[in-house]
Order: sequence, then structure tokens, then C-alpha cells
Amino acid sequence: MRTLLQASEISRALIRISHEIIEANKGSGGLVIVGIPTRGAILARRIAENISRIEGTEVPAFTLDVTMYRDDLAKHPTRVPQPTVMPPDGIDGATVVLVDDVLFSGRTVRAALDALNDHGRPRAVRLAALIDRGHRELPIRADYIGKNLPSAKNERISVRLVEQDDVDEVTISAEGEREER
Amino acid sequence: MRHLLDTRTLAREDALRILDTAEDMAATQQREVRKLPTLRGKTVVNLFYEDSTRTRISFEAAAKRLSADVINFSAKGSSVSKGESLKDTAQTLQAIGADGVVIRHPASGAPERLARSGWIEAGVLNAGDGTHEHPTQALLDAFTMRRRLFGEAASRGRDLDGMSVVIVGDLAHSRVARSNLWLLNTLGANVTFVAPETLQPYGARDWPVTVRHSLDEAIREDQPDVIMMLRIQSERMHAAFFPNEREYARNWGLDDARLAQLPERALVMHPGPMNRGLEISSAAADSDRSTVLEQVANGVSVRMAALYLLLSGERTEHA
Repeated sequence: MRTLLQASEISRALIRISHEIIEANKGSGGLVIVGIPTRGAILARRIAENISRIEGTEVPAFTLDVTMYRDDLAKHPTRVPQPTVMPPDGIDGATVVLVDDVLFSGRTVRAALDALNDHGRPRAVRLAALIDRGHRELPIRADYIGKNLPSAKNERISVRLVEQDDVDEVTISAEGEREER
Repeated sequence: MRHLLDTRTLAREDALRILDTAEDMAATQQREVRKLPTLRGKTVVNLFYEDSTRTRISFEAAAKRLSADVINFSAKGSSVSKGESLKDTAQTLQAIGADGVVIRHPASGAPERLARSGWIEAGVLNAGDGTHEHPTQALLDAFTMRRRLFGEAASRGRDLDGMSVVIVGDLAHSRVARSNLWLLNTLGANVTFVAPETLQPYGARDWPVTVRHSLDEAIREDQPDVIMMLRIQSERMHAAFFPNEREYARNWGLDDARLAQLPERALVMHPGPMNRGLEISSAAADSDRSTVLEQVANGVSVRMAALYLLLSGERTEHA
């Protein structure tokens, strides 16, 4: 197991992503930051805090569980869904930034796009990922990337975050027959 | 979990997993689009050997909101009335390609037989068997209690530790009472059965339950957080269990005077359909404390959760 990113590098990447989101959106107006559980939701909270601090206006973070929209449910043991928290007034006309920890096959993001559809019609949907490790199975790409990490398909990339795992780090390990997502 | 057959053997963690997943399902029912794609391509068969409207449409709504295909099979006017056995029906469903079977049957143990016999690979959900169990009803009752007690936001992961639940009525014939007893006991609640001796279940004194004959005594002594009134099931009464309906209503009905005696916080529950004026007065049924309609709405969420947890994952041989 090898450490790819340490706490300070994760923090710097998230601050850069936050700035890029504000720049592309020309401020924080109409922004809805939505994380995919578990660790995407934590990253979304951190990005929303960064944006709130930079812009001086409160930008909340939301959580969108995609379990019930996955296309691989029958290939894994039953997954228990996580809570979803979305804006009470819906997301019609908003610019939604989806946040996930690792972008891999793209299937989680596809499920998230379907799930978003059931909550309303955003003006635009952007994608932010802390790690892009390649091996896409669908035509999906991220707008904001913390770090590109070319990897072999059988390697395992783990993102650990203080809120969930007591430490901020990204590691890679060789074995591990099944991937994170 | 592979099947949901009873609450007696349902582990606490599995019960809480169903209740917590039901919270997520309930949240999806608040949205503009209430349908989820989760069970697309799966087939759920409602196999009903006994009349039922509520449970059947509740399961049907739950399966459809998860995008499963639903086939309704009722014994009346079907091959069963021509003498087909449960085994042959099951094998037919297997050949059709059913992924889940929701079964209601007048014989206690029929769902278990279906699940364990090897006739069929589908997940089996017991929707009421004889006087044995009706697990999804107990789960939706517990879900309703938990939501009223802790609020929607704080319900997750909680059990019903220390709650006092009084169940009144035709307990001898009631699978709802049995399923509730086992589940509530697993979740830490204290259960009291109130009925005349003729309507107490056989062997109840060996169960973890307080048996009483007087409703007034139960209200006074147990200070119930929940009072659950059960329907007098005239269709199952083939002997004289009590002198007449008026006397039953006077001694064991939740009338206006008893409603006033209940603690301020107490919930009034009834699995429906109600016999107004017999086991429950209209004032009690329509009061703020009554959860009768919430129970119906929550029933869909709980059944969605059960169908999801049973049918979505990878199919394994045991577990």
C-alpha cells in the first residue's frame, strides 16, 4: 500500500476545485453542491464550506444517494441505501455540482444523473471528483478534478477522510479483487 | 435476507435495516417523481389465497413504485379453484420467472413451506398466513410508532426500548398481534395482550407478554404509549367467544371515555379495516392520536424496503 495524497494535498486540491467552481459559475449564485455518499458527501460539505468562506455567502451542501438507481445491484450483495437530503425548493434551474471521491467506471455518476432527474430539471450539471483513475465504461468526464491517477484496473484506490476514517489520505494497493465502486 | 417469513426469527439488526431503508423509501415518496428504477426487469407475483384488498394493493403499489412487474394471482377463479396444489402453482410461477412471491394463505406455515421446499427460487414474503404471522404489518406498525415517537429526522437506527404497547381484541385469531409481539419484543418494547379469556391466544402465557382481561386495568396499570385495537374477525368466529357485540364494545372497545383515560402521548393504532362502534369509536378513530391512515401510507414504504432488500441484491443460495 502506497500513499498518493496526504491531508495537505487533499485540502489544497479541494480549495483549487472550489475556486474553479466559483470561476466557472461567476460567483456562487444558483449553485447547488451535491455529494454522493459516503465520502462524496463529505467532500461536498468541505467544498461548500470553502465556497462559503471565499464568497462570504452561505452555500449549503446536499446529499444524493444513488443506490436505488445503480445498474449493478444484482451483481453485489444487497446494499443499504443512505439518506438523501436535497434542497426543499427543488433544483429546477440550478447549477448542480455533483461531487464524488473517485471517478472510475462512470456508472455511479450515471446513476446520479438518473437520480437527479427525479428531483427536477437543473440548468446544468457539473462533476467534481477528488481522484480520476481512468477506466471509464461510459462517456462521462469530470469538470473539476483533484488529481489524475492513472492506475491498473486491479489496483485498489482508497480515499479516507477524517469525518469517516479518522485520517485524510488517498492510498493505492495492488491486490484487492473488488474495486471500491 | 432471502425471505421475510416471520418476525419471531427476525434479528434486531435486520428489523432495523428494514425500518431504516423504509425511511429512505418514504423520502422518495415526497418527490415529484415517485417511481424508482430499482427493480426494473424483476417480476413480483402477488399470490393471494385469501381475500385482501389493503395488503394486496399496498404490495402492488410498493412493487410498482420500484418498477417491478406485478402479476396478481388470486385463488378465486383461478387454477386453485380447479384443485391445483400449492406445489404445482409454485412450479408454474417458477417457470414464468417470478423473482419475488408475496403470499397470503389461510394455512399457517404455507409461506415457509413455499420458501423451504425448493419448488421455487424466488424470494418469499409472507403477507399473512392463517393465525401465524403478518410480518410486514408489524414492521409498518413499528415504523409508525418510531416516527411518531422520535420524529422523521431522528428515527434512524432507533429501537422502541421501554415503550408500553397494549394490544386489544381478537388476539386468538390474530396474526397481526403475534407478529407485533415478536417484533416489539425484539425492539425492546413491553407488550400487553387484553381480551376475554376466550380470545387470548393458546399458549400466550409462555410468551414474553403481560396477559390481562380488563382494558380499564391495562390503561391504568400499563400507562400505554400505544394502544392497538384489532378487528373482531367475524369470518373466523365459528363459536361463541363473547355473548354479543354490545357487551364486547362495552368491555373491550375503545370508546370516548377510555380515550380520555389514555395518557396524553398515547397513539391509537388499528390495522384496518375498522368496525366503528364495535372495537373502536368514531371519535377515537378520527382523533389526532389515531395513526390509521399513516399506517396505510407507511405500509407502502415498509413494503418497498422489504422488496428492495429481498430482491435487489445478488442471489445467494443460503442466508
